[in-house]
Amino acid sequence: MSAVTTPARQASGGVNVKTVNRIVIYGLLALFAVFYLMPLFVMLVTSFKTMDEIQNGNMLALPRAPTFDPWLKAWGETCVGLTCAGIKGYFWNSIKMVVPAVLISTMLGALNGYVLTKWRFRGATLVFGLMLFACFIPFQSVLLPMATILGSVGRFGVTLQNSIGTSFGLGNSTVNLVFVHVVYGIGFTTLFFRNYYEAFPTELVKAAQVDGASFFQIFRRIMLPNSMPIFVVTVIYQFTNIWNDFLFASAYAGTGDAMPMTVALNNVVNTSTGVVEYNVNMAAAMIAALPTLLVYVLAGRYFVRGLMAGAVKG
Amino acid sequence: MSTVATSQIKLTPEHARPRASVRSRLQDALPKIVLAPSFAITIVFVYGFILWTIYLSFTNSKTFPSYVITGSRAYQRLWGWTFDTDPPSSWYTSITNMGIFGFLYILICLALGLFLAILLDQKIRGEGMLRPIYLYPMALSFIVTGVAWKWFLDPGLGLEQTLHQWGWTSFHFDWIKNKDFVIYTVVIAGVWQASGFIMAMFLAGLRGIDGEIMKAAQIDGATTFQLYRRIVIPLLRPIFLSAFIVLAHLAIKSYDLVVALTSGGPGGSAWLPSNFMYEYTFKRNEMAVGSASAVIMLMTIVAIIVPYLYSELREKPR
Repeated sequence: MSAVTTPARQASGGVNVKTVNRIVIYGLLALFAVFYLMPLFVMLVTSFKTMDEIQNGNMLALPRAPTFDPWLKAWGETCVGLTCAGIKGYFWNSIKMVVPAVLISTMLGALNGYVLTKWRFRGATLVFGLMLFACFIPFQSVLLPMATILGSVGRFGVTLQNSIGTSFGLGNSTVNLVFVHVVYGIGFTTLFFRNYYEAFPTELVKAAQVDGASFFQIFRRIMLPNSMPIFVVTVIYQFTNIWNDFLFASAYAGTGDAMPMTVALNNVVNTSTGVVEYNVNMAAAMIAALPTLLVYVLAGRYFVRGLMAGAVKG
Repeated sequence: MSTVATSQIKLTPEHARPRASVRSRLQDALPKIVLAPSFAITIVFVYGFILWTIYLSFTNSKTFPSYVITGSRAYQRLWGWTFDTDPPSSWYTSITNMGIFGFLYILICLALGLFLAILLDQKIRGEGMLRPIYLYPMALSFIVTGVAWKWFLDPGLGLEQTLHQWGWTSFHFDWIKNKDFVIYTVVIAGVWQASGFIMAMFLAGLRGIDGEIMKAAQIDGATTFQLYRRIVIPLLRPIFLSAFIVLAHLAIKSYDLVVALTSGGPGGSAWLPSNFMYEYTFKRNEMAVGSASAVIMLMTIVAIIVPYLYSELREKPR
């Protein structure tokens, strides 16, 4: 332990041992840093190389003549399935799906957390337990019924479209995905807000009640202004999870125009027609990773806190 | 108003109650009304759908769901496949892979996470820089992780090629193309992604340990190794439990990583039960078998999570 060094050890040449220890520790830490950075580094340098350089050069070498072409090609030209218009459309699909899904699930979570902590009723723990368990189910166990329901809703949407001229978004894959992510996300958002509001002084709520404030007034005037940190944590957590989702995306929007980014990326990489353009693949992967990486870089502290809150209940 | 304000209500005279208007009764019910949609959604789309899946697993649904109960044929087939080792059935491969992947993934993540956390806890200069480096993979999609490692492990392009160029021509590493070893590449990529997070959990735990205990032990002449083995690690027990739950849960749900990294591996040799379920349900038109496998996955999670949640929610009665 470096924190406390007993005098006895220092006297017997401990300083030397200590130096060696420090070198070993820093060496190991640096080695692991390389391990974690390597794939990202390789992905990044490859995305700036020409195909020629990839085939003849070294994976770890920096690009000799950095080119931005693979990025442009991935964004605007590469083939996803049979459509060759780049991944930009799918990137926007993901945005269109993520933003409403995150906002709705977060708002619901905040309200649920507020009710479950400040307006407790008989059976509240059971309700929370049931919602909490829903976070942990393998989604395979609901995948098929949801597909069936979404299929029926889609057919109903077509009927509406034919009879009254609008389907109200029923059967639209993006709407479907927003719905699915809200349904299977409220467990987590409720958990986050419940744990946060649990520590929030109930006296304040009581005092406001005595003064005649209503349920929603208390929520808006007292709870919300004090919830900024947990909002950031929840939004980041939901954003990362929904952006990165692949299972729901491939099951409910695996083909067609509404495909989200993750599915499109998988299609780009696993296309077997023609020459495999590794630099374009890597650029596409980088583009898919950028939004969540950006969030991580900008708000890493909150990101970690969200993961922890998801892991340590109580 | 139901629970919070009971003490105030006691002061109001009895005759006030019958006059409670519809409006105030609505106010009283409002919290429950607000919570109801979320709860209803959970009941229908989680628990209802689970029952639906269980129901389907007892039918003979193929391409389309059928609702005639035909008994446990799907489970019998899975059970039969469990012992079909030569040639291995897809189910046998999936559950064997689950065992290998689950065991190694959890074990290595725990060991590596604890190790890195202990190293980082030695008053390291630059900790603020190292921590995010270890942790960032957790922000990536499994698909991105899969793409990156697929490239890195490809014998013709990645590590093997690089070492050949550096003169180590006998180096051979083709696990990703080898049906017996492909699952270990999934372990490598999975550990890369999650171990940093486990490190962060352990680090938070280490920071929460009372420094006085450590000092006392050192004054008593404990070596660093003894200190950690006898005192620190036992104190981290709750973190081990949480980390185990997180990892077990991630492991059973893993699906994307196998798809992106190996496309299922040569002949489906990298499948996990999640991939088995997806393929049988949506591609091989064996809906009943797919549902049965989903039920088995769910039961595995239930066996791990329910006791944990139960103790977590019960310990602190409020």
